[in-house]
Amino acid sequence: MRPAAAGAPVLVVMPAWNEEESVAMVVKEAQAAVPEADILVVDDDSSDRTAAAAREAGADVIENVFNLGVGGAMRVGFRYAARRGYSAVVQVDADGQHDPRDIPRLLECLAEAGGPGAEEPHVVIGARFAGVGRFPVPRARRVAMRMLASYLSRMTGTGLTDVTSGFRAYNRAAIELFARTYPAEYLSDTVESLVIASRSGARVSQVPVSMRPRMAGTPSQPSWRAVGYLLRVSVMLLLERIRRHPPPDQPEEDR
Amino acid sequence: MTRVHLTALVACVVTVSVIVELLRRRHLRDKYAVVWLIVCVPTVVFAITPGLFNRLAHSLGVINPPDLLTVLAALFLLIVCVYLSWEVGRLEDRTRLLAEEVALLRRELDDAVPS
Repeated sequence: MRPAAAGAPVLVVMPAWNEEESVAMVVKEAQAAVPEADILVVDDDSSDRTAAAAREAGADVIENVFNLGVGGAMRVGFRYAARRGYSAVVQVDADGQHDPRDIPRLLECLAEAGGPGAEEPHVVIGARFAGVGRFPVPRARRVAMRMLASYLSRMTGTGLTDVTSGFRAYNRAAIELFARTYPAEYLSDTVESLVIASRSGARVSQVPVSMRPRMAGTPSQPSWRAVGYLLRVSVMLLLERIRRHPPPDQPEEDR
Repeated sequence: MTRVHLTALVACVVTVSVIVELLRRRHLRDKYAVVWLIVCVPTVVFAITPGLFNRLAHSLGVINPPDLLTVLAALFLLIVCVYLSWEVGRLEDRTRLLAEEVALLRRELDDAVPS
């Protein structure tokens, strides 16, 4: 096993599913933004040339055996980072909606709060609506996101405005936590991971980032989907209140 | 023994034989088979002793004995369903974990054996 290079304690993880048009571009931008970081693209069983494009752009690639969803792809990334001793993980979407030039700001915020080696898990969210850049969202979706944000702000004790953002940085303790517990449920992983983090005593902060329209891939969901999404997440949040915590360890040490 | 009891008995014997045969061919894991075999035992008992089920129903305060049968059957199937959903969930977790591990191992292999 190749040990993580001493000068590259940061791993940029990009979950990607059929993003052949944008992935190479995002990888290159990330390399330019954080030259000291390693870049890992987790190809979630794409049917196009995502993996090849990422490899050509110079990223490390892990290919999932079948489609596991963003949550499953991230768990692979976390486990990879945990085993190779990375001290921080940055999660960036491969569709280009996140600007890799914001990565250093996320890492700075991580460093301020006791550094990546802090005892407690720390999650830094790149928040898309915190004043920087413009991001037009359908109204139903905006309302849903605002409700979730205020609920989770109370839970984590910080002011959060964008809890569904998939642009995040994690310190070492958070990597270890999520290597075991990152939720694999379809689409609700961003919100649920914050619940798990806060129930595990993690610190959650946010940094405003700019938002770009997706360079490729399918655009946002229609508004009835937002309603369905909100319902699903609400059920998850209600369940989460009565569930035992910390969440069960991975099924490895199974019952 | 009335004709209806005979019918019940035959149905029961057929069920048991099917389960035993599935077990013999290793199509069925024994932990599931045991459940179904256990169900068959009281069915056989009730089939060969007419009136026993009626007496049981009356002693439980059930006026119409077939109602008791329906309730018991529904309850049993409910338990089986809940158990199977639990089992499916657990299997899903394990498959997921295996898929993740395979992806990671494949990566390790690429490192070790450059193609």
